[in-house]
Amino acid sequence: MLRSTLDVTSEAYRKNRAALLAALAELEEQLDLVRSGGGPKYTERHRARGRLLVRERLELLLDRDTPFLELSPLAAWGTEFTVGASILTGIGVVSGCECVIIAHDPTVRGGAMNPYTLRKNLRALEIAKTNRLPVIYLVESGGADLPTQSELFVEAGQIFRRLTEMSGLGIPSIALVFGNATAGGAYVPGMCDYTVMVDRQAKVFLGGPPLVKMATGEDADDEELGGADMHSRVSGLADYFAVDERDCIRIGRQIVSELNWRKLGPGPTRPADPPLYDPDELLGIAPADFRVPVDPREILARVVDGSRFGEYKPRYGTSLVTGWASIHGFPVGILANARGVLFSEEAKKATEFILLANQTDTPLIFLQNTTGFMVGKDYEQGGIIKDGAKMINAVTNSTVPHITINIGASFGAGNYGMSGRAFSPRFMFAWVNAKLAVMGAQQLAGVLSIVGRQAAQAAGREFDVEADERRRKQIEEQIERESHAFFVTARLYDDGVIDPRDTRTVLGIALSAVHSQTVEGRRGFGVFRM
Amino acid sequence: MRERQAPATIRRLLVANRGEIASRVIRTAREMDIATVAVFSDADADAPFIHEADQAVRLPGRAPADTYLRGDLVIEAALRTGADAIHPGYGFLSENADFARACAESGLIFVGPPPEVIDAMGSKIAAKELMAAAGVPVLPGITIDDHADLDAAALSRRVAAEIGFPVLVKAAYGGGGRGMRVVRSEAELLEAVTSARREAKSAFGDGTVFLERYVDSPRHIEVQIFGDWHGNLVHLFERECSIQRRYQKIIEEAPSPAVDDTLREELGRAAVAAGKAIGYVGAGTVEFILEADGRFSFLEVNTRLQVEHPVTEMITGLDLVRLQLLVAEGRPLPEEVLNARISGHAVEARLYAEDVTAGFLPATGRVHHFTVPDLPGVRVDAGIQASGEVSVHYDPMIAKIIAHGSTRDEACRRLARALDETRLHGVVSNRELLIGILREPEFRAGRIDTGYLTRHDPAALAASREDPAAVAVHALAAALAGQAERRSRSSVLSTLPSGWRNVDNGPQFTTFQVAGSATGGIEVRYRLRPHGGLDAEVAGVPMGDTVLRSATPNRVDLEIDGVRRVITVHSVDGVFYVDSSLGSTTLQEIPRFPEPDPQTIPGSLLAPMPGTVVRIAAQPGDFVEAGSPIVVLEAMKMEHSVSAPSAGRVTEIGVSVGRQVEVGTVLAVVEEHPTEERA
Repeated sequence: MLRSTLDVTSEAYRKNRAALLAALAELEEQLDLVRSGGGPKYTERHRARGRLLVRERLELLLDRDTPFLELSPLAAWGTEFTVGASILTGIGVVSGCECVIIAHDPTVRGGAMNPYTLRKNLRALEIAKTNRLPVIYLVESGGADLPTQSELFVEAGQIFRRLTEMSGLGIPSIALVFGNATAGGAYVPGMCDYTVMVDRQAKVFLGGPPLVKMATGEDADDEELGGADMHSRVSGLADYFAVDERDCIRIGRQIVSELNWRKLGPGPTRPADPPLYDPDELLGIAPADFRVPVDPREILARVVDGSRFGEYKPRYGTSLVTGWASIHGFPVGILANARGVLFSEEAKKATEFILLANQTDTPLIFLQNTTGFMVGKDYEQGGIIKDGAKMINAVTNSTVPHITINIGASFGAGNYGMSGRAFSPRFMFAWVNAKLAVMGAQQLAGVLSIVGRQAAQAAGREFDVEADERRRKQIEEQIERESHAFFVTARLYDDGVIDPRDTRTVLGIALSAVHSQTVEGRRGFGVFRM
Repeated sequence: MRERQAPATIRRLLVANRGEIASRVIRTAREMDIATVAVFSDADADAPFIHEADQAVRLPGRAPADTYLRGDLVIEAALRTGADAIHPGYGFLSENADFARACAESGLIFVGPPPEVIDAMGSKIAAKELMAAAGVPVLPGITIDDHADLDAAALSRRVAAEIGFPVLVKAAYGGGGRGMRVVRSEAELLEAVTSARREAKSAFGDGTVFLERYVDSPRHIEVQIFGDWHGNLVHLFERECSIQRRYQKIIEEAPSPAVDDTLREELGRAAVAAGKAIGYVGAGTVEFILEADGRFSFLEVNTRLQVEHPVTEMITGLDLVRLQLLVAEGRPLPEEVLNARISGHAVEARLYAEDVTAGFLPATGRVHHFTVPDLPGVRVDAGIQASGEVSVHYDPMIAKIIAHGSTRDEACRRLARALDETRLHGVVSNRELLIGILREPEFRAGRIDTGYLTRHDPAALAASREDPAAVAVHALAAALAGQAERRSRSSVLSTLPSGWRNVDNGPQFTTFQVAGSATGGIEVRYRLRPHGGLDAEVAGVPMGDTVLRSATPNRVDLEIDGVRRVITVHSVDGVFYVDSSLGSTTLQEIPRFPEPDPQTIPGSLLAPMPGTVVRIAAQPGDFVEAGSPIVVLEAMKMEHSVSAPSAGRVTEIGVSVGRQVEVGTVLAVVEEHPTEERA
């Protein structure tokens, strides 16, 4: 059992909390933009057509009162495209079955796909495939954003390939077609296992009336070419005909209820009692400045079931905390950085722990707060690269589900060792305060400055100190900006920025999702004692 | 003194009745170590009285005429099970002299007066003549027997000469107010007599009707009498049953607040005289009407145990069923009966399945939950237990709740509170009306008569307990209970916070309709937050400062603006029964995804209740006026006309006479067609 020694009256607590609340306010501001979609004008126009907004469709589709984890809500943040990337993805419960939901937002440029939309869409499909979650598409998209076609066209084929692959793996897909699904988009209903179309709204064809006229001279209207009535009676592309949007959602729910779906992983097996300490206090614990170390046990005391934590090797490699706990009843192994730096001991401890988790088929949670592996003569000579390699090897070849959360900093090879994005954790989230980059902005600028000075010396040039200072500052600002949580999540390097207080809930949903798939560790060799 | 064979001992008693009275009789029989046999119709196959009896015999069929009215089958059941006596309860065979005779012929004791007494009193006309002869005050009247031809003019002349309007028309046989009609003018007379005859015929098998002077709003006072085979005949004081609707008693009490010791003695003397005049044996009731000036007139003698007998039991401490059985065994009335005394006051309320606001329309259906709080002095005689069926075939009385107190006021308070805390889910009932009456000042002052519910609007009385905040609070509680139910049933993510979102899409919502109300849906929007935090809005109005202490599918502990209440919720198939200190509300959840159904054709007349089609008053093609009866249904032994909602042409009749219909069956279609447009 973890015992908290947190002092909620301390200066550090208050500073962290103030900084986190400010960051959360910024997050909420961005989420407001996400929710407003294409803005009031297009929202009104959509409503005036008697159609439901994408979030209304979603809320009707979901089982009432169940939680919904929206993925990558800030995709395309800070780019020329609308934040949210005109598509909504997430994991929710439909007719008692956890599904990946992918929904176009037709108020944002008619739901057209841009390069971020594509990445978000593909990421959702990847989550569906690796975790074996049925997919429900809420379709209403004008197709590709043509000016960016060069970044889209080739890769977009993956959507159809993945849907079909999943179908081959026995993971069902359902398309609920509320509006346009034309040209390439027509293959979404085309490739899904089930298709429902809304009367007088769905338009599913390869070529619309003008294109047909141009191509063959034939006169045909929308309904003849791709209406719900035609597709349900004539072409057979629509398996179900819905009289309106609600009816379409009702049928979609009905289909899921008839999937005879069974999760392959075990259900929760441990008591799911809440932590003994208030998760609200995480705001005062989350490091506003990543250079200040945080005791991860204070975090775990506010995340895991009953604040129960069985620590593994507590006296060895103490910069990394490892141990066993459960979250919402699912047993997990947890690796959490205690003091940013990873030494050889920490790397070896992590390697052993990962092997143990694989031996017992236990999912792993990585709480990243690392500035990377230790550097220096002693460490290099002590073989830190080899030890780091062991850890990266173990992370790579581990087959139990990994869920990674960046709670403060994720720099350098520490990002790799702690199951960063490149190591395909099943889910990856970042606290709103978190930073991610090859190294800290100050450090990176400093390194560049030293390199510059050395280069000047080697070339016999005079080193311009003033220019260096300017450049240093510029680079520092650039890296600071690029390591910001919003910048990282905008590029789909994680699955979303979260409020630290929601950590337990987010992990609960993610863990339940990964248990839709079998949970099986790597077998074939024993646990190496490092 | 009547002659009778040597005293016998009843060892096994067949109870030829159903519902609460069957249970009531069985209870006493068990206390007297008498084995019991129940009989049951198919409609009652799951009723509790069957299991309370030691054995039960099925009477195939559902209609009373096929089952509980079949004396031959009842006697056969008694013989088959070795019963030596039959208790008829009230209604059905209780006042059937032929049945009493047939019992005797089969060697069975009939628990009731001798057949000739029943005969004498069974005809209200003959009874009245007998009473008049014995010096008991009576009202003037005329009898029209079953087969007499009806001549409107002659009838009117006779009535004018012998009685004078207004006139009361009622069935000569049977009781319970069935078929009773007040006729205030000659024009209405023939129709009233005709339909009273029809109802009398169908209910009692004899269409003889009886007309007498109608006294506007008298008090209904009745005296309980008891006689034995040894020459004892006593009265057990009066009951007042003035609170009536459609001539059916709903609140009865003993003693009457209008009767003082002198009047009590007079009434008692008249009742005993009446009993003596016919040599009464067993339990009987002599009914009188008491006019405002203190005059009383004989109404009739009921030769059976009355529905309202418990109030007499509670003020005398006697068990009338036990006395009936003792007398039936030929034993003398015990000492405590001969010297009975009044102790305190008792009030009974009849809880009926009926819709007060819809003119006491009988209701049927499944009672999902029924409990009466265990308060001191409160007795419950119920035909159902925690749940049960109110069937279309019989009287829709669910239970009698009786409270005793040292004073009338105390008894009324206890009864009102017992009803207030009663939980009754599944059928519409008159509970709110009963509570409204029991708390109404005029009633409490004892100023009551049979016109009470004409003077006081029943709908207003029924609404008097309603707290204006109840519906909103109850709708919120129902939504939260529904939420708890769904969360508890969830097979995945069941321990996660309810309705959690990382990107808020607005609150969760549920839409309800107040049952029986035509008003639109009430949307409840709610968002749960950590530590009991709750944002809630009902019909667009924020609910103030709310804290959800706890919510389970059946219980919501909710604090609103600092006031904390526990609200109980019970839901069955999307209907939420909500009870709290604010009152009771039944809410129908409006489904999110209505099945796309073929719409009913405009102008369709739907059956308002389950019943049998007894008449069809129009044919396809007929032009009808607004309000013209189109189809007449019989339900709960009462006729209900389904009328044209507007002037128009009948385009379709969807049913035929004799057909059983469910609620919502399309009976007919009337195409709206204003009168002036007809060519």
